[in-house]
Amino acid sequence: MLTKRIIACLDVDGGRVVKGISFRDLVDAGDPVELACRHSDSGADEIVLLDISATRGGRATALEVVRRAGRELFIPFTVGGGIASLAQAAAVIGAGADKVAMNSAALADPQLIEAVAARFGSQAVVVAVDAKRRPGGGWGVWSAGGTQPTGRDALEWVKEAEDRGAGEILLTSMDCDGRRAGFDCVLTARVAEALRTPVIASGGAGGAEHFGAVFREGHADAALAASIFHYGIESLEYLKRFLDSLGIPVRLPC
Amino acid sequence: MIAVVDYGAGNVISVQRALEHLGRECVVTGDPAAVESAERAIVPGVGHFGATSALAATGLRKAIEHRIAERTPVLGICLGMQWLFEASDEDPGLPGLGAFPGRCRAFPAPAKSPQVGWDQLEISAGSRLLRGLPSGTYAYFTHGYYAPLVGETVASCDHGAPHTAVVERGNLFGTQFHPEKSGDAGLAMLENFCSC
Repeated sequence: MLTKRIIACLDVDGGRVVKGISFRDLVDAGDPVELACRHSDSGADEIVLLDISATRGGRATALEVVRRAGRELFIPFTVGGGIASLAQAAAVIGAGADKVAMNSAALADPQLIEAVAARFGSQAVVVAVDAKRRPGGGWGVWSAGGTQPTGRDALEWVKEAEDRGAGEILLTSMDCDGRRAGFDCVLTARVAEALRTPVIASGGAGGAEHFGAVFREGHADAALAASIFHYGIESLEYLKRFLDSLGIPVRLPC
Repeated sequence: MIAVVDYGAGNVISVQRALEHLGRECVVTGDPAAVESAERAIVPGVGHFGATSALAATGLRKAIEHRIAERTPVLGICLGMQWLFEASDEDPGLPGLGAFPGRCRAFPAPAKSPQVGWDQLEISAGSRLLRGLPSGTYAYFTHGYYAPLVGETVASCDHGAPHTAVVERGNLFGTQFHPEKSGDAGLAMLENFCSC
């Protein structure tokens, strides 16, 4: 049976790993490639490298980090942040990434999803969506690292992204991100039920029970977290054994 | 020297890096002559079945067919494995190599598609590619179409439908998953391929 994936995310700024609380207050936590390999060794099913500085600062994705990761990592890894054109996606994939994650650029030009999927296949296209609860109900989509409201409805946007060729949706709950109080299982379930494309839940992981909930109640195909792994609050091996004890299929042994 | 066949359908770099990690000499090439002179060939590939049309157009198909006939070790990965079958519903008019019977089909609803992630191999027959690896070994898959079970299937998975994960006949091998992205188990398979 296909297992539920645990994805370790490394937010990279200037070639170093950082992790924000609700996208702010960044703290340096090390070398991305070293950390990625450590996560792989301890049982991460995938790695995501997000260049969080790129969209706002206009900096190109740190290709050198991608090249190094490609030489040392033998599990899939996705690169996002600042990928605004087919040429930039091609550069990242050419440097060794398996997938590109696109967020603001896909919102600004949805045809970019089709262009990258046509060139590299849908399996290489992850559309990242930052969603925030609306006061009147539902979820809105935010762009530019969660700083700009787009006015778009999250459920409509993920469906459009799938129709245009997204191979996976990386869904971040802005309400839950950084708070370590659990994923938004309601949002995740609504998106997972609306799509055939796999959904990666993100934002809010603080303990093993949160992963159990997002797989069981949120119907996520994968769950992503960053800071809890970096600071040793939870080990991947413990997490996977815990999920296995709940009857959730995971890749064991780590 | 191992030829990693480059026909414009991705993932050649990760295959190359995995081989380099194993200390194996390889060349990424779209030149049929390089395929003809290599000791082994790997046909990688991700994306749409239509991308395999480039193999016939460039003369690579003939070179690969010739090497298979000579019993040179050849490994198809993902789309490269599907191409070893007769055809795919993803591009119905385009013939595959036909080294294995049957056509590839889309995963039936309501199975999630594409299948993305780690699944366990159910190893059903002795395999040189899987030597030393137990049934239940995890491998990384990413595909929206699947190849049927055939007589030469040596490992399978079930995602909405049972499908071939590894197919093997003599020195011809195919994996639906990505050994270059399947951690230590995948590297062990590539090592088996390099030493067969």
